[in-house]
Amino acid sequence: MKHDKIEKNLGLLMLFTMVVISIGGLVEIVPLFHINDTIEKVDGVRPYTPLELRGRDIYQREGCYLCHSQMIRPFRDEALRYGHYSLAAESKYDHPFQWGSKRTGPDLARVGGKYSNEWQVQHLKAPRSVVPESIMPNYPWLLENDLDFSDMADRMRALKKVGVPYSESKAEYEANVKEFGQDVAEMLDIQKAQENLIKQAQTGNYDGDATRITEMEAMVAYLQMLGTLVDFSQYDEGHFVQFR
Amino acid sequence: MAHSMAAKAEYNYDIIKRFAAMAMVWGVLGMFVGFYAASELAFPFLNFDSQYITFGRLRPVHTTLVIFGFGGSALFATSYYIVQRTCQARLHGDGMANFTFWGWQVSVALGVMSYMLGYTQAREYAEFEWPIDLLITVTWVIYLYVFVMTIRKRSQPHIYVANWFFIAFILATALLHVFNNLAMPVSLMGMKSYSLFSGVQDAMTQWWYGHNAVGFFLTAAFLGMMYYFVPKQAGRPIYSYRLSVIHFWALVFLYMWVGGHHLHWTALPDWTSTLAATFSIILLMPSWGGMINGIMTMSGAWDKLRTDPIMRFLIVSLSFYGMSTFEGPMMALKSVNALSHYTDWTIGHVHSGALGWVAMVSFGSFYHMVPKLYNTKMYSEKLIFTHFWLATIGIVLYITAMWTSGIGQGLILRAFDSYGNLAYTFVESVSYLHGPYVTRAIGGFLFVTGAAIMAYNLYMTAKQGKREAAEAAAAAA
Repeated sequence: MKHDKIEKNLGLLMLFTMVVISIGGLVEIVPLFHINDTIEKVDGVRPYTPLELRGRDIYQREGCYLCHSQMIRPFRDEALRYGHYSLAAESKYDHPFQWGSKRTGPDLARVGGKYSNEWQVQHLKAPRSVVPESIMPNYPWLLENDLDFSDMADRMRALKKVGVPYSESKAEYEANVKEFGQDVAEMLDIQKAQENLIKQAQTGNYDGDATRITEMEAMVAYLQMLGTLVDFSQYDEGHFVQFR
Repeated sequence: MAHSMAAKAEYNYDIIKRFAAMAMVWGVLGMFVGFYAASELAFPFLNFDSQYITFGRLRPVHTTLVIFGFGGSALFATSYYIVQRTCQARLHGDGMANFTFWGWQVSVALGVMSYMLGYTQAREYAEFEWPIDLLITVTWVIYLYVFVMTIRKRSQPHIYVANWFFIAFILATALLHVFNNLAMPVSLMGMKSYSLFSGVQDAMTQWWYGHNAVGFFLTAAFLGMMYYFVPKQAGRPIYSYRLSVIHFWALVFLYMWVGGHHLHWTALPDWTSTLAATFSIILLMPSWGGMINGIMTMSGAWDKLRTDPIMRFLIVSLSFYGMSTFEGPMMALKSVNALSHYTDWTIGHVHSGALGWVAMVSFGSFYHMVPKLYNTKMYSEKLIFTHFWLATIGIVLYITAMWTSGIGQGLILRAFDSYGNLAYTFVESVSYLHGPYVTRAIGGFLFVTGAAIMAYNLYMTAKQGKREAAEAAAAAA
């Protein structure tokens, strides 16, 4: 067929263009949902607790992903600096993913437990008071603002609709007990969303202020769990390489 | 008088004037926000402990204003101009064209305000939350309809090559926008939503979108601009019609494959990122096909570069296009990417494309188009030269600063001492960035100053055109 024909027929031009631009995405994205070893089978990965989820919401609100990645690459320097390279399984409940594209600050995929709660609070409030060379903004309002968790159940319900196993019915709860154990299943129960959030905040007291639940509380709870779910010591060295 | 009335009925120039004006408003504002955000990285006290203007919230304000506000409005303006001139037909549907204007401007304005208030999907270049995404979708469908209906009214059988690129840009942007923004709202009364996909699939969808925001929004569409304004300004036909056919199909096919190169060495499966790298390298060929076709159109008219400042903008933009489409495939090589990823090299690369190619070709096109819209000459040619040098020096400062900080930080972070320990802490790499960050801010300041001078020059041109029209009308009466 002569190209001339397409140049004179708008319908043909649009049809061919549509076909040509669709192929790349079809070949590269669709199989990711169907090839089984795209996401590794590992123990320990679970959905976020209500408090952690609110922390993650605030992490996105402040645009943290624009300077911090959450994706450790399989290089020696990154292994020494951050730990084991990130697995696909570790972000399988992340809607949206927060791998990031820029490290103006360090990677945060395994920052959980690396610093104390007190350090995290002080660092978020005034980064240069603990790291003089830092160029991160101060986030004093995280300590000033009370955490809004009035719509906690709605947030979990929205995530449930896109596939995160938060439970509403008895059957869903039982399935979670089987999958994650009793303690975790308890935290994933939408009916108890607010109650669980308050309980975790009071037990953890992440912001150092026992009288209030601030946005800082949620943020630090989130940061302190990042990268702590998978116990890498239970896998053989090189076990995860088969997935790459 | 009779003649100008006829011209008025022939083409809808009003809509183009409005889009062009808003392109300059968003452009100057967006580039200034970019300069300010860059300054925050050099001098963090500029965050002023205000939650509305931290770097994390201003960065999407900057990208949205320059890509969608400036770039988008410039594309609406030039595509409406080109489709009318090349089809010799008036733009279809004044009311619908007006809707695309308001729909687009309101989306951009609401978007940047919502980011400052903390509403974001946290997806780069797709930060708009779901209600704004819906408005954009409606606006875009109407844009497609207006464009298609205008082409159908064309007075000759052939569809001009610039319009192929605009059609591909509109279709691809619709496809990308819809699939990347699939999300579940928390409630119908609130802005917050969670994306439909998660983790690795979400990452691949986002960068399929993200790189094609570059490939179609910032490249294919601006090639459409190039295919009209370069031959017009040079006064010569396009160098090779056959080359434009081949590079059009190759470009629109290949671009959709390359997004995975943003995810090298991540938890994305190896087969996907290897495919993306392979196609990225092949993509060099159609990219350079477009560049060669544009630059060679000048052959026989090179002397114009000495005297015609508009030609300088267009040729320099094509040179930057060639440079950054070489740099891109190189950075898509896994070994290079291991160093460049997560660093300012990426930021520098984007800006050599965005400032060097996208902004420069838009500037050149506007300097050609705006006087024609107002039936007059540019107010000051000297100011165009001033703008040209401010912009060019600004870009060079910007890019070299980002090469220095990006490659430098990459090397610092992978350095080991003789015992095999890490040679530097992370924060030592941050200290190193200060010098390049100051230089980058200066480069950005020069660039936005040039754009402000352009806005003034275009404003005075419009004023002059209106005065001349009024005088001609008075003389005729």
